[in-house]
Amino acid sequence: MKRILAFLPIGIAVILGGFLLWGLNPDRDPNEIPSVLISQPVPAFDLPPVEGLDTPGLSSTDLAENDGSAPIVVNVFASWCVPCRAEHAVLTRMVREDGIRLMGINYKDKPQDARKWLDDLGNPYERIGSDLDGRAGIEWGISGVPETFVIDGAGTVVFRFVGPVLGDEAIGKLRTALEQARRNRAGETS
Amino acid sequence: MIPEIGQFALALALAVALVQSVLPLMGTARNNVIWMRSATATSVLLTVLVAIAFGALMWSFVVSDFTVVNVASNSHSLKPMLFKVAATWGSHEGSLLLWVLILVIFGLGVSLLAQNIPLKLKARTLAVQAWISAGFLSFMLFTSNPFDRVFPAPLDGQDLNPLLQDVGLALHPPFLYLGYVGFSIVFSFAVAALIEGRVDPAWARWVRPWTLAAWVFLTLGIVLGSWWAYYELGWGGWWFWDPVENVSFMPWLAGTALFHSAIVTEKRDSFKSWTILLAVLTFSLSLLGTFVVRSGLLTSVHAFSVDPERGIYILALLAIAIGGSLTLFAVRAPQMEGGGLFAPISREAGLLINNLLLATATATVLFGTLYPLLLEAVTGEKISVGPPYYNVSFVPIMLVLVLVMGVGPLLSWKRADLRGVLARLKWVAGLSLLAALAVWYLDTGGPVLAVLSIGLAVWLLGAVLTEWAGRIRLGEVPLAESMRRARNLPRAHYGMVVAHAGLAVCMIGFVGSSAWKSEVVLFAEPGTELEIAGFDVRFEGVEDLRGPNYLSRMGTLTVTRNGSYVTTLRPERRAYPAAGSSTTESAIRTTLAGDLYASIQEPASEDEQGRWTLRILYEPLVVWIWIGSGLLALGGVLSLSDRRLRVGAPRKRAQPVPAPVVAE
Repeated sequence: MKRILAFLPIGIAVILGGFLLWGLNPDRDPNEIPSVLISQPVPAFDLPPVEGLDTPGLSSTDLAENDGSAPIVVNVFASWCVPCRAEHAVLTRMVREDGIRLMGINYKDKPQDARKWLDDLGNPYERIGSDLDGRAGIEWGISGVPETFVIDGAGTVVFRFVGPVLGDEAIGKLRTALEQARRNRAGETS
Repeated sequence: MIPEIGQFALALALAVALVQSVLPLMGTARNNVIWMRSATATSVLLTVLVAIAFGALMWSFVVSDFTVVNVASNSHSLKPMLFKVAATWGSHEGSLLLWVLILVIFGLGVSLLAQNIPLKLKARTLAVQAWISAGFLSFMLFTSNPFDRVFPAPLDGQDLNPLLQDVGLALHPPFLYLGYVGFSIVFSFAVAALIEGRVDPAWARWVRPWTLAAWVFLTLGIVLGSWWAYYELGWGGWWFWDPVENVSFMPWLAGTALFHSAIVTEKRDSFKSWTILLAVLTFSLSLLGTFVVRSGLLTSVHAFSVDPERGIYILALLAIAIGGSLTLFAVRAPQMEGGGLFAPISREAGLLINNLLLATATATVLFGTLYPLLLEAVTGEKISVGPPYYNVSFVPIMLVLVLVMGVGPLLSWKRADLRGVLARLKWVAGLSLLAALAVWYLDTGGPVLAVLSIGLAVWLLGAVLTEWAGRIRLGEVPLAESMRRARNLPRAHYGMVVAHAGLAVCMIGFVGSSAWKSEVVLFAEPGTELEIAGFDVRFEGVEDLRGPNYLSRMGTLTVTRNGSYVTTLRPERRAYPAAGSSTTESAIRTTLAGDLYASIQEPASEDEQGRWTLRILYEPLVVWIWIGSGLLALGGVLSLSDRRLRVGAPRKRAQPVPAPVVAE
């Protein structure tokens, strides 16, 4: 009995050590916030266009009844959000060069401010929903702006990115997610 | 040139540490006295070499040598000199060098101060200490070299994280490391005893002062960190159960258990394997702390940069140190029990309960700290464990501990008269019940824990004083005789009295500042007035000031009470352009009754210019925490200064019948 007891500490230490080793996995980021939406259909929402802007509004049907040609990037932005301004150029370039389909949710923003912001910086968005009271933001479970989601051809959320898409690492993650969304589609058709 | 000298000294130090790891052990195997004694010489050499390396790094910081990566990324030419020096241990690499420096200094301490230890035990202890040194020196040289150069050198540095540019935090790491690393000596002693396969009261007597010294430093280090968090982070709390705080707290708890258990080993030749296990575990928890802080394993507000390669290296060191020592323990422990028997009601039993409770408390904190990791590994779910968990698990254990703590010191060795002891404490029990009822009456509907804790704090304080009064027979014999007895009471006994009373004082502070705190957060414009805890506070405005390496915006708050002027609080918000971040400098008015605490933040958003976020807190009794912690440390120092433990003090050859030499 005593012998077994004496081996107890080393046993516990070895088990804990195993967990610690697992925890060191370089792909693991303890600060990452998982989203409940991943692998779920897009949440139900229906947003009118930004007042006085030609770009049409955005609703869940626009994302769910995607013809499957390409995955869609949904970007939550606001004119009062400084990091959004920084990320805007990156997203515009990705629309121009990679040909991604970009939809916007204009979060808790005054229409005139949003219009001026898009006039100043350019409008890369195919559709923009105006989320004045932040209802859609709650449906999407965002923790702040900007946030970016990738939706595959079947209307399923495959990726969520919190914060501005800036720098090689963030852009790389977004591209990987887009690639995965395209494969999802291919897998279904074959 | 200077950094290269440092680098070279480090490499030489590794070589010396390797020699010290092997030669004294071979000496013990072959009875070669010269080889065994070599440990003394090599530990001197080792200390000199590491000190040269540390000096070289500090020099690079003092002269702002930005060709050294470490200096360039953690210093700035405009920074005040104190913080240039403190930046030496502000980064991962520099703090590791400080860690190793303290490690070798403790080794030097054993080799020079411990004259009366058997040569073999000393040689083995110093060899084990050298294993740890070699492990960390190689870690530093292979993965985290503090002397790496950069070319071309930047024009100026990136500045140290401004949150760390603070006197409290400049001192926090050295004290914390003195504590963490101080336990390494105890660990080395324990492993040496395991190798030898023998533990006796003399062993416990050699180990106890080192444990106490490390414990005192760790207490001060934790308190400094907590105090810094209190006034610098601007949230007003002093303990957040953050993983990095927890990993410094666990060795403290285990260390507390250790020096209580060592008392039994010393006085009664009992609890041997348990004391050894605690000695190993205490340092293992220190190592775990080093690992958690430097590997980015857990989410925390204040950890060093994440680097999996370093994490793997430290984990390997942990596996060798902890795994090796615990395996050795498993093999050797069953052979070394025995010693004095004792009745279920006795001083030994009291200390046993103390140890069980402290060990459980440590396990609770360990579980809470690692639970997010365990859960993520098993289910992939991510959570964080916060105060609610510790309030229902850790706090009740500690309350039971305090209850027992009141009785323990009154029990006699071997067999005690519980009824007699309780009879002596009946007034104290009544008084604490009254205190609890008074709290309940004043704050009906308040937290039950607060009522209980205040009652128990009074209980502990009363019991400690009763014990002391009984010891000097206050009231039973003429006052002059009592005074004479008070003077003759061993210092170690006063250490116990002061430390136990310190804990009671701390408890009052813990309860006051967490249960009865009031807080106001609002957007303020100049002229805004508010009322908190009977104070009227008026926000006068904000002015811009310039510091050496920062820009400050200082708010002015006039505090009055019932119309008469009390004080002016000047909270600041400092922006550090080089580091690209800001700090909060809170303004605090401290009294024994409570702290009035103010901090200020930039306008909430861009269209809110001219409006500021003000946070005003009233934290009752918070200063009692710092006073109580001071008493805890003072108790440790008093106990250390006891004649019995002092170097060179003549010791009695054999202890006669347990004479009045009763320690705690």
